[in-house]
Amino acid sequence: MNSLIPIFVIVPLATAFLIMILGRIINGFQKTVTPLILLFLTILSFYFLINNNSNSFVYSIGGWEPIENVPIAIYFVMDGFSLILLSIISLIGFLASIYSISYISKFTSENNFYSLLCLMITGMNGVVLSGDLFNLFVFLEISVISSYALVAFGTQKEELEASFKYQVLGGIASFIILFAIGLIYWRTKTLNIADASIFLSSGNSNTFDLFIQILLITGFGLKAAMMPFHAWLPDAHSSAPSPISAMLSGVLIKAAGIYVIIRLFFNMFVASEEISILLTTLGTISMVIGVLLAIGQWDIKRLLAYHSISQMGYVVLGIGIGLIIIARDGKPSIAALAIAGGLFHMVNHAVFKGLLFLNAGAIEHRINTRNLKEMGGLSKEMPVTSGTSFVASMAISGIPPFNGFFSKLIIIIAAIQARFYLLAFLAVFVSIITLASFMKFQRYAFFNKTEHSNKSTLKEVPFPMVFSMILMGILCLLFSLLAFPGIREQILGPAIEVLTNTDQYVKSITGI
Amino acid sequence: MIVYILCFILFLVGLYGIITRRNLIKIVISLSIMEFSVFLFLVLIGYIDSGVAPIVDPGNPTEKYVDPLPQAMVLTAIVIGLATTAMLLAIAIRLYRKYKTFDIREINNLRG
Repeated sequence: MNSLIPIFVIVPLATAFLIMILGRIINGFQKTVTPLILLFLTILSFYFLINNNSNSFVYSIGGWEPIENVPIAIYFVMDGFSLILLSIISLIGFLASIYSISYISKFTSENNFYSLLCLMITGMNGVVLSGDLFNLFVFLEISVISSYALVAFGTQKEELEASFKYQVLGGIASFIILFAIGLIYWRTKTLNIADASIFLSSGNSNTFDLFIQILLITGFGLKAAMMPFHAWLPDAHSSAPSPISAMLSGVLIKAAGIYVIIRLFFNMFVASEEISILLTTLGTISMVIGVLLAIGQWDIKRLLAYHSISQMGYVVLGIGIGLIIIARDGKPSIAALAIAGGLFHMVNHAVFKGLLFLNAGAIEHRINTRNLKEMGGLSKEMPVTSGTSFVASMAISGIPPFNGFFSKLIIIIAAIQARFYLLAFLAVFVSIITLASFMKFQRYAFFNKTEHSNKSTLKEVPFPMVFSMILMGILCLLFSLLAFPGIREQILGPAIEVLTNTDQYVKSITGI
Repeated sequence: MIVYILCFILFLVGLYGIITRRNLIKIVISLSIMEFSVFLFLVLIGYIDSGVAPIVDPGNPTEKYVDPLPQAMVLTAIVIGLATTAMLLAIAIRLYRKYKTFDIREINNLRG
């Protein structure tokens, strides 16, 4: 089983290069091979997730064994938490690549598109599997550099400008992260997360640790677009081609930003109250200000991008409450509930935000505008797009029985149990504004009556796009099952176990 | 200690350049300055006074070696930095073709 882990990195990497070579010779090679490979990875990751996710698997590259309990190899670690991320990366990647078959045909150089998509997935899989800080940085750069290129894929004025802005801010973030990794190496003399964790938990923490943690929050906060560092997100996510927007908003900000923050702050550093309060505050600010900025937008993809900031705020809020309780030695059950809410919302956000971006792409594909004021009455001509976007809008605004309701409910219950009444109130308040904002989206895009110049040619989008949207709509309903006891322990339980029980994580890698 | 502080000042010089410069190419150069200050820092971490290259000599076991790991890290990071810079310059050239200027004050389609 352990030897299967590198498949998640090697297979998409090899596909990326094969597409560039064989895609020129064999017609349609890129269109068929990318979805097939991603379907294979989806099945593999879900198989691991359902069968074996309470164990953690460790693969050491080159087969180097630890010497005197010091791990010297580069490790790939696959535990419950990585598996959740792996599954959603492959799943959203698969659906986005199916969707791209018809969407991307209006662009030239399809080979480059699919190749970059595969590289992005390689990078993200590598980030979530890596057990080594520098390796994590390398995979992070693979995924973000390919996303820079994908944002600029349209090569129009807006795309290029957004990509430049994204690259400059992403570059600053990368070097801050590298600086922080250097400082961690200086302090602990190791790059292995588990080994560094042993060192950091044995020594008494000082202000130097605090400095490293703040650098890491800045760096990964920039990648995850938390509030003071969010400036690039609305531009980049709205300028990219729609399937890529779905990948960026649905997966990349989680795999490259939130995942690493959660992994390092739970499994590497000793939980400190200052940092956990800082994280919770950042989450709350992103949650509130993101939605307030979103409500005034008339460009659908910008509106969705601002909602991404707001929804990621929910995730950070849930995780932050969990970290505060762990730092204060509070009740473990409340901490577990808060973390469960955060992780659950992260999974849900990938599905419904991915779906919303695909809907926006479908609308743009047919009427060539992203301005809500120029749309209207689309529900008759595009019933599938209308129906699935209604499902996703209800899910994101937290209406039962869709998945967003349950994850928000868990976060709010955890906040009340931990006695953060203000945070619980703000979470409810933001949810209501989100609902208002999506009512506006629904009304202007699908129900309002306006005259189109090309009304007669307006019809539903081609089958591959419809297929991805319907499947994601079903997943919006299906994922609400994760809230119920039995399934929740099976899927989210091991991830929470890994995060709250650092000793076990360390033990699974170093064997001490 | 003074070397580390100079290194950090170089980092801040890069950051200052990114924030204040108006020319796309100068922003790219500032980003490179920031990048190389980090590389310099990584190399400094592994440096030991009067250390030699880490090739183990069985005849002389008491030799002091510098830490090879940061050097390997810097080599990898330079390659990544090359990719980032190439990508940035490619986008800057495409922007110049569209707008006929490198001035970011005139490249401002995206607002709000």
